[in-house]
Amino acid sequence: MIPAPFDYVRPGSLDEAVTALADAGEDAKVLAGGQSLLPLLRLRLAYPSTLVDIGRVPELKGVRDEGDHVFIGAMTTHDEVLHSDLVRAECPLVALATATVADPAVRHRGTFGGALAHADPAGDLPAVAVALDMRMVARSRDGEREIPAAGFFVDYLETALGPGEILAGVRVPKLGPGWGFHYEKFHRTAQAWAIVGVAAAVRRSNGTIEEARIGLTNMATRPLRAAAVEQAVRGLAVTDTAALRGAAAHAAENTDPPSDLHGGPDYRRHLAQVLTHRALMAAAAA
Amino acid sequence: MPQITVTVDGITHEVEVEPRLLLVHLLRDRLGKTGTPIGCDTSNCGACTVLMDGKSVKSCSVLAVQADQSDILTIEGLSTDGTWHPLQKAFHEEHALQCGYCTPGMIMASLDLLRENPAPDDDAIRKGLEGNLCRCTGYCNIVRAVRRAAAEMSGREVSAT
Ligand code: FES
Ligand code: FES
Repeated sequence: MIPAPFDYVRPGSLDEAVTALADAGEDAKVLAGGQSLLPLLRLRLAYPSTLVDIGRVPELKGVRDEGDHVFIGAMTTHDEVLHSDLVRAECPLVALATATVADPAVRHRGTFGGALAHADPAGDLPAVAVALDMRMVARSRDGEREIPAAGFFVDYLETALGPGEILAGVRVPKLGPGWGFHYEKFHRTAQAWAIVGVAAAVRRSNGTIEEARIGLTNMATRPLRAAAVEQAVRGLAVTDTAALRGAAAHAAENTDPPSDLHGGPDYRRHLAQVLTHRALMAAAAA
Repeated sequence: MPQITVTVDGITHEVEVEPRLLLVHLLRDRLGKTGTPIGCDTSNCGACTVLMDGKSVKSCSVLAVQADQSDILTIEGLSTDGTWHPLQKAFHEEHALQCGYCTPGMIMASLDLLRENPAPDDDAIRKGLEGNLCRCTGYCNIVRAVRRAAAEMSGREVSAT
């Protein structure tokens, strides 16, 4: 289908972009890579009055080392994230999850910031953002503010970004030595959204798990941390499969999984436990 | 209406477009490049895949205005002087198509895959083509064709399986 008509602006700088967004009023939308937005427009599920295309804003592109964290510009494509040596070395969990996003053609256009600002609870990157305590950098005409990932994802397709704000980039803390990572995604067909996904980061020392961070994809209307599992897994031996399974059994606590044609909440609760166990095993061994 | 400049299969066009015009509609309806089909409304099928500045994109999921200043390669620009590209030949020889609807997208996605990985194994081929659906062939011959084309493009012997 053909999208409904809209006005289009293509700013050349971030200052121009936030001004254009503020001027365009509340029915305007930011166009990043368009890989979620354009299908919505084609299906006429969204009717923005204006699209502010930030695809040619140079400040929003690229990955930089900023000391204790890595800054990933919002308009860095998934493909560029995957090819970034810095991301692979310092934020392996980001690379692992990004590799499972959609398919190669979509990863050429889709962007890191776009996927986070779209805030689809079935998307892979929001769970990674909360697991790693990323810090989201929002820009508006009034300046810049930082929003912790834990407060960024508010509800289904809804973030803490205000009407005139653009996600400019994300600060990804470096975790240092001893960590292992894994992203475990369950879906029925290639390129499909996760029915449930689990992002796991595990710090080990002398064969014991000292600390874990676990993010859950699609277990509520926003990404969640599996806090009970993170607690239970402390001090377990990395090779103790049974104990790790026991810890993973807490994965569905305090979740509110959706129901759709792929399965109901009970099925997803079961999946969360199984996948968390797998993710823990893989991260502990990585 | 915005004015854009796009190069499609080596020819540069200056066109006025409505912002909502999709790249695939620009190609098919305005520039007559009907070799690139539309297979779905949900950005799943990959039939519309073209290369944009050398990388595969689903042309139904790009606005024409976003393609301003870019270089597009469609299936129609693949042969040179009437000689088929090794991928086109291999799809023919391996019977990698039945109705052919998915084929332009399959070939363009395969081209992108071979750019990144000139000697993919079957698993890498299947992963590389995960954004392209075929309702006819069951994929086996498509994988074979890509393997054959990869071998031909790098001057290796075609392995028999
Ligand atoms: S027409 Fe199906 S993905 Fe573009
Ligand atoms: S040959 Fe018919 S869809 Fe692939």
